[in-house]
Amino acid sequence: MNDQSLRDVWVYLSATPLLHLTLVLIAYQIGDRIYRAANRNAILNPVMIAVVLLVGFLYVTETPYDTFFEGAQFVHFLLGPATVCLAIPLYRQFARVRRNAAAIAASLFCGSAFAAGSAIAIAWITGASRDMILSLAPKSVTAPIAMGITEQLGGLPSLTAVLVIMTGIIGAALGPMVLNLVGVKDWAARGFAMGTAAHGIGTARALQVNDLAGAFAGLAMGLNALATAIFLPLVWRFFAG
Amino acid sequence: MLGWLTVVFSCQLAGETLVAATGMPLPGPVAGMVMMLVILAVRGKVPEELSTVSGALLSNLSLLFVPAGTGIITHLVLIRNDLLPVGLALVASTLGAVAVTGLLMQAMTAHTDKAAATDE
Repeated sequence: MNDQSLRDVWVYLSATPLLHLTLVLIAYQIGDRIYRAANRNAILNPVMIAVVLLVGFLYVTETPYDTFFEGAQFVHFLLGPATVCLAIPLYRQFARVRRNAAAIAASLFCGSAFAAGSAIAIAWITGASRDMILSLAPKSVTAPIAMGITEQLGGLPSLTAVLVIMTGIIGAALGPMVLNLVGVKDWAARGFAMGTAAHGIGTARALQVNDLAGAFAGLAMGLNALATAIFLPLVWRFFAG
Repeated sequence: MLGWLTVVFSCQLAGETLVAATGMPLPGPVAGMVMMLVILAVRGKVPEELSTVSGALLSNLSLLFVPAGTGIITHLVLIRNDLLPVGLALVASTLGAVAVTGLLMQAMTAHTDKAAATDE
């Protein structure tokens, strides 16, 4: 095959959604293999590995993200139905959820306030731009809601989407180590912490490890989205005047 | 199985519609999750076929974040300009929130779960 025909094949392939859809699946499975080979060590988060591989590929081939997303959207779309399915592990643990309603409310309130408050404080002290501070504030909330919150605060929603994913990866990769370090052994508490601080990606990790943790993580993700969306804009308006 | 897959999609559709109509600060799929929870509460158990559908989706939940995650490529410059604040805020705040939430939850549930265990 000469150079010209190779280029023709590339032009054809890069225009169909199939190429990037397939690449998403391949990149993730490489990540997942590495993660499993390392005995599911949280640090080798499969999402992180897949993202690094794909960003490298897009960078080298100079493919715009929009072109990539035309293929990747078919995977992205399944996030919605998967979120609905989080009701199933939650239902199986519902007796335990009801019994611990007070603990859930208190942990959610403190965790949610800490996640937003400390992000704003650290970014402000270290001299981040105003856009960055506003876009960071809802970083622990699941992406669609976080973007809505940022819009209300006056930040950049698309930047928030990226920060949210980075938060999820950091939480999923390092959160379990932190929980071990501070001595949180209860699976419900571990899951709830992962869902509050690291939304869906933390929930995905919790589900892989333990059903009870997965159920509480999914619950925490939903509740944190609701709590942050209601309180953060109010508190911000109060302080920012 | 197709039947329950349809129920899952219908819950999401109903959730998205409800959120769009009322302006609730909740993602449509999370509203759909609440609806699915109500359906399960009414039925009193999880049908096996629904279990299969949700198992397939949830066991690969991590995969579904890869397309959005790759979006980091669109903001690499902005993040590089604020690398220290962003890195510090993301890592310290996220891990702090994990610790605070986990410790509080464990401390507050230790008592109720022990009481429940002796009841049962």
